[in-house]
Amino acid sequence: MTSAISVSGLVKTFGQTRALDGLDLSVDTGEVHGFLGPNGAGKSTTIRVLLGLLRADAGDASLLGGHPWRDAVELHRRLAYVPGDVNLWPNLTGGEAIDLFGALRGGLDKRRRAELIERFQLDPSKKARTYSKGNRQKVAVVAAFASDVELYVLDEPTSGLDPLMEAVFQEYVREVKREGRTVLLSSHIFSEVEALCDRVSIIRQGRTVESGTLTQLRHLTRTAISVETGQPITGLPEQAGVHDARVDGTRAKFDVDSHELDHLLRYLTRFEVRTLTSAPPSLEELFMRHYGDELRENGVKAEATVS
Amino acid sequence: MSAFTGTARLVRLAIRRDRIQLPLWIAGTAVFVPIVVASVRDRFPTEADRVEILRSATESPALLVLRTAPTGASEGAMIMFSLLTYVAVLAGLMSTLAVVRHTRQNEETGRSEMVGATVVGRHAGLTAALVVVAGANLVLGGLIALALIGYGQPAAGSIGAGAGIAAVGIVFAGVAAVAAQITQSSRAANGIAAAVVGVAYVVRGLGDALGDRQPDGYTVVSAWPTWLSPIGWVTEMRQYEGDRWWVLVLPLVTFAASVGVAFALTVRRDVGMGMVPDRRGPARATPALLSPLGLAWRLQRGTLLGWTVAMVAYGAAVGSLSQTVQDALGENEGTADTIAKLAGGGNADLMDAFFAAMMAIYGAMAAGYVVQALMRPRSEEAGGPAEAVLATGTGRLTWLASHLAVAVGGAAVLLVAAGAATGLVDGLSSGGAGGKVLDMTGAALVQLPAALILAGFAVAVFGLLPRLAVGLAWAAFTVSLIVGQLGELLGLPQAVRDISPFTHVPAVPAASATALPLIALTAVAVALGAAGLALFRRRDLVL
Ligand SMILES: Nc1ncnc2c1ncn2[C@@H]1O[C@H](COP(=O)(O)OP(=O)(O)OP(=O)(O)O)[C@@H](O)[C@H]1O
Ligand SMILES: [Mg+2]
Repeated sequence: MTSAISVSGLVKTFGQTRALDGLDLSVDTGEVHGFLGPNGAGKSTTIRVLLGLLRADAGDASLLGGHPWRDAVELHRRLAYVPGDVNLWPNLTGGEAIDLFGALRGGLDKRRRAELIERFQLDPSKKARTYSKGNRQKVAVVAAFASDVELYVLDEPTSGLDPLMEAVFQEYVREVKREGRTVLLSSHIFSEVEALCDRVSIIRQGRTVESGTLTQLRHLTRTAISVETGQPITGLPEQAGVHDARVDGTRAKFDVDSHELDHLLRYLTRFEVRTLTSAPPSLEELFMRHYGDELRENGVKAEATVS
Repeated sequence: MSAFTGTARLVRLAIRRDRIQLPLWIAGTAVFVPIVVASVRDRFPTEADRVEILRSATESPALLVLRTAPTGASEGAMIMFSLLTYVAVLAGLMSTLAVVRHTRQNEETGRSEMVGATVVGRHAGLTAALVVVAGANLVLGGLIALALIGYGQPAAGSIGAGAGIAAVGIVFAGVAAVAAQITQSSRAANGIAAAVVGVAYVVRGLGDALGDRQPDGYTVVSAWPTWLSPIGWVTEMRQYEGDRWWVLVLPLVTFAASVGVAFALTVRRDVGMGMVPDRRGPARATPALLSPLGLAWRLQRGTLLGWTVAMVAYGAAVGSLSQTVQDALGENEGTADTIAKLAGGGNADLMDAFFAAMMAIYGAMAAGYVVQALMRPRSEEAGGPAEAVLATGTGRLTWLASHLAVAVGGAAVLLVAAGAATGLVDGLSSGGAGGKVLDMTGAALVQLPAALILAGFAVAVFGLLPRLAVGLAWAAFTVSLIVGQLGELLGLPQAVRDISPFTHVPAVPAASATALPLIALTAVAVALGAAGLALFRRRDLVL
């Protein structure tokens, strides 16, 4: 499988701030890749380096086989970008802005443009200064999806979209994926990432802390189990990988490290399991676990936030 | 919290933002007094001279439209006849631009939404704008009154002139306050307010032209349309010829009423919205928009149009003045000397020296336009759409060069327009229009390389120090202007004057157009521009 984006050891500083601190990122061709991290983690900075808008201080980056800075113009014709803050020209209409971005990118599909405007319920003849935040966002999303490109770089594209529009957005991401195109999706919306992404990278303070498929990432964390048995459960808290166990005679609730799950189930069967429910960790829980330290420092209890 | 809480803080903020702009407007307007007084004294030293010229003036409706209905033959009345309506228009434009700047433009940029969420009352923003602008008009009026008194004019009439000008400026501030409420863009608000100033000027002109010529043969009592116009009110105060103070009631009542309307509208609409909804636009872009150059043109054309109108009007005014100036120059050595110094030409023909001085002003205006136009890329970059545009197939050089092309092309258009208007109007009144149009257009275009230097400088600082670019470019413009245009009058040493590009422009038509300085200026401009483009290509986008 070829790589659409490959970044290693990327460093970018702004004065004293080290926005990127040896970041790695690898996005395969044809996949939808989630890009997660708390505010200020460096997602937008990474994207701007990839787009040749910022120049990296150190590290290697390649995009569609080219160099993000040196080959910027040629690469830009093959990608579409939705910025995190969509700024339009106040006195141009949304329709004009869509056509303009399309043309500057090298042309856009008229039929698809019409369909997107219809699906996103955008009024293209309103001046941009009168658009709400969500509508400005739609202009950028429509302009991106109306372009015939290999790579979509989307920086929080749905912030400001209502749930209906979010669903339409997800449909289009699936469609471009079916067509074999690549998507890099930075997002704070876990359900969106879970629904769309083949793989995710989680970054923190300019560094990649986790990268892989959701299944792989889940493997690194805990599953919540609730069980009812025929005989009283004993010795559970002492089992390897068990956390926060609350045992009440024949009932128990606890979390277990995913790689100890098999061992634990064998242990439970000796008490005649009657019912058992297991909840795989959500992406949100994964995320919270990574930032648990930070949250605790700020006086927030990770588990409390999760449930 | 009252609706006015926080006004004082906003007033200080507005004064800080305007600390350069408003003083320039005030000085640029008040400077008409010494110029006109000198001209009146040179040309019409005796009452008999003044009666004679006013007799012929009252026979020319066109002249009455442009100036005003003469009210008497005293020196003071003659000064008013020569200057009052022009100064009133300038005070009006200063006021409308400033009010819109501190109200609608703040809303447009989202500044007032943030300010409004802090502890300021609903009316604080508009009140602060009006306080600042009223203050500016009072300063202007005070300066005018003092200057006239200093020239030995009767105190009553001089104060009447100052008060009348201040009042007219304040009325237009009220007009702009309303315009800022009913439109959604500052451009539209500026347009409406400036149009009201223009209409006021023309309506007064009609009233004066239709007025009754009195039996003395040199005074005119204006017809009723004059009374409909704020600019008419200041002339109807009849400074030095009866001083009708009660007329001041009209501007004050109008101001109070319009402010009341503006406040009422503020309550009825939401922040950021207007009363007149934005018109809808095309759902599809025209092919002309769909390129970096097309986009730059679209973003810049409104500014260019405004400047073109202003420069054609100014050029026409200069052309129409040339005959008057010619008479004045024939008689007074002092003025001739001043003009010759301004123009930088030694013993040249005085008329040519006058035109050369005017060309230098056109050059300064063109340079001002260029600097304004080249600040657009910076605002597109800082929190604007440039990020998204530069992530398309548009290269940085293409993007910046497109704005540069519009700015430089625009400056050339402005100089041609001003020069042609000067030549045409001068030619129509004194003959030989065709030749004069060509001469004056050529003379104006000689100024282009100086404007190019400032364009190059603006691009260079944009490439090197984007965060400081706006301040540095305007500072360079101001310094060039002061050092170059006034350096000799101020007695600055040549080495200092040489830093201004304006110093090096040949004083055409007083001097002949020598190629070497023009080529040198252009070469420096190109070098600066190229450096700016190269630097911009190599730097981070600064959002
Ligand atoms: N132009 C700049 N100058 C100085 N610091 C900057 C600049 N741009 C970004 N930073 C800093 O770099 C860090 C990373 O910012 P970035 O915008 O990449 O975060 P992000 O992950 O996109 O956050 P968010 O989720 O809020 O969008 C932050 O600490 C930010 O303050
Ligand atoms: Mg971001």
